[in-house]
Amino acid sequence: MNGEVIIFWVTAIFAVVGAVGMVVSRKAVHSALWVAFTMVNLAILYFSLGAPFLGTTQIVVYTGAVMMLFLFVLMIVGVDSSDSLLETIKGQRLVAIILAFAFGSVLTSAITSTGFTSATGLAQSNEATGGNIEGLADLIFGRYLLAFEVTSALLITAAVGAMVLAHNERWAPRKTQAQLQRERTLSGHPTPLPNPGVLALHNSVDTPALLPDGTASQESLPTAFKATPQQIEDGTNEVTS
Amino acid sequence: MNPNNYLVLAGILFTIGALGVLVRRNAIIVFMSVELMLNAANLAFVAASHITGTLDGQAAAFYVMVVAAAEVVVGLAIIVSIFRTRRTASIDEASLLKY
Repeated sequence: MNGEVIIFWVTAIFAVVGAVGMVVSRKAVHSALWVAFTMVNLAILYFSLGAPFLGTTQIVVYTGAVMMLFLFVLMIVGVDSSDSLLETIKGQRLVAIILAFAFGSVLTSAITSTGFTSATGLAQSNEATGGNIEGLADLIFGRYLLAFEVTSALLITAAVGAMVLAHNERWAPRKTQAQLQRERTLSGHPTPLPNPGVLALHNSVDTPALLPDGTASQESLPTAFKATPQQIEDGTNEVTS
Repeated sequence: MNPNNYLVLAGILFTIGALGVLVRRNAIIVFMSVELMLNAANLAFVAASHITGTLDGQAAAFYVMVVAAAEVVVGLAIIVSIFRTRRTASIDEASLLKY
C-alpha cells in the first residue's frame, strides 16, 4: 500500500461523509460547513493527483470565497431558517433516494466496466513543460487563450448582475440631522433612553434598568424583550425563576 | 491503484449532490448541492488528466472553477432578492410563474 492509496481512501471516505452530512443536516449552516469539509478533502485529492495549482485554487476559491459567501448569505437570510421536513409531494423523498441509488449504480458500473486500468501519471508531461504550473500556464495562455478572454466578460457580467440584483432602492429620503433632532425634541424624551441592566442585579439586555425611585424602566428594554408584569408590579427586576 | 476509483468517487459525490437537489427545500442548500456536483465534475477532470498524462483536464477544471464562482455570485444575489420580497428561502414559495 503506497501513499497515494492511503490518501485516496482517507479523503474519499471523508468527502463522502461530508457530502452525506450536507444532505441530511437540518440547519443550513451545518450543511455549509460539511460542504467546506468535503471541498478541503477534494483539494487534498487534487494534490495527490499531481495538480498542486488546482488544489490551492480549490482551497482559496471554494472553501475560502464561495463557502464564506454562502455563510454571509445565510447570515442575511437568517441562520435559524431550518428546513421544514414536510414533504410537499407525497413520497417524493423515497422516490428521489431510489432514483439516486439507480443513477449511482449505473454510473459506477459504467465506469468500472469500460474505464481505465492504469494511469499514465503527469511525470512525463511535467518534465516536458518544466512543472505543473508552467504546463498549465502554457495551456491557458496558449491553446485556451480565447476561453480565458471570454471568461473576463463572464466575470464582469456576473459582477454587474449581482450588483443589480442585490441593489435595493431607498423608498423614503434619508432624514437630515435637523429632522432627526426635531423628532427627538418633540417625542417628549429628548435624553437618551436608559440602558438595560443599569443598577440592576444582572446586566443582560433583557433585564430592565432600575430608575432612581426603584421602579423598573420599560423603556430601557429593546422592543423584543418586555419586563414581566411581576417585575413592574414589584418594582424590582430580579430574575424570578 | 486502479484510477477508476477516482472516477467512481466523483460519480458518488455527483449522485449525492443530485439527491440533495431533489430532497432539500431550502434554496441555499439546493445551491450547495449544485456546487458539490460541480466539484465532482472537477474531480473527474483532474483524474482524467492524471490517467491520460496530459494537462488538458486540469485546464478544463480551472475553467469550471471560474464559471462556478461567477454562477455562485449571481445565484446568491437572486436568492437574496427573492428573500427580500418574499421573506423566505424555500424553493416551494417562489411559485409566481406557475399561475
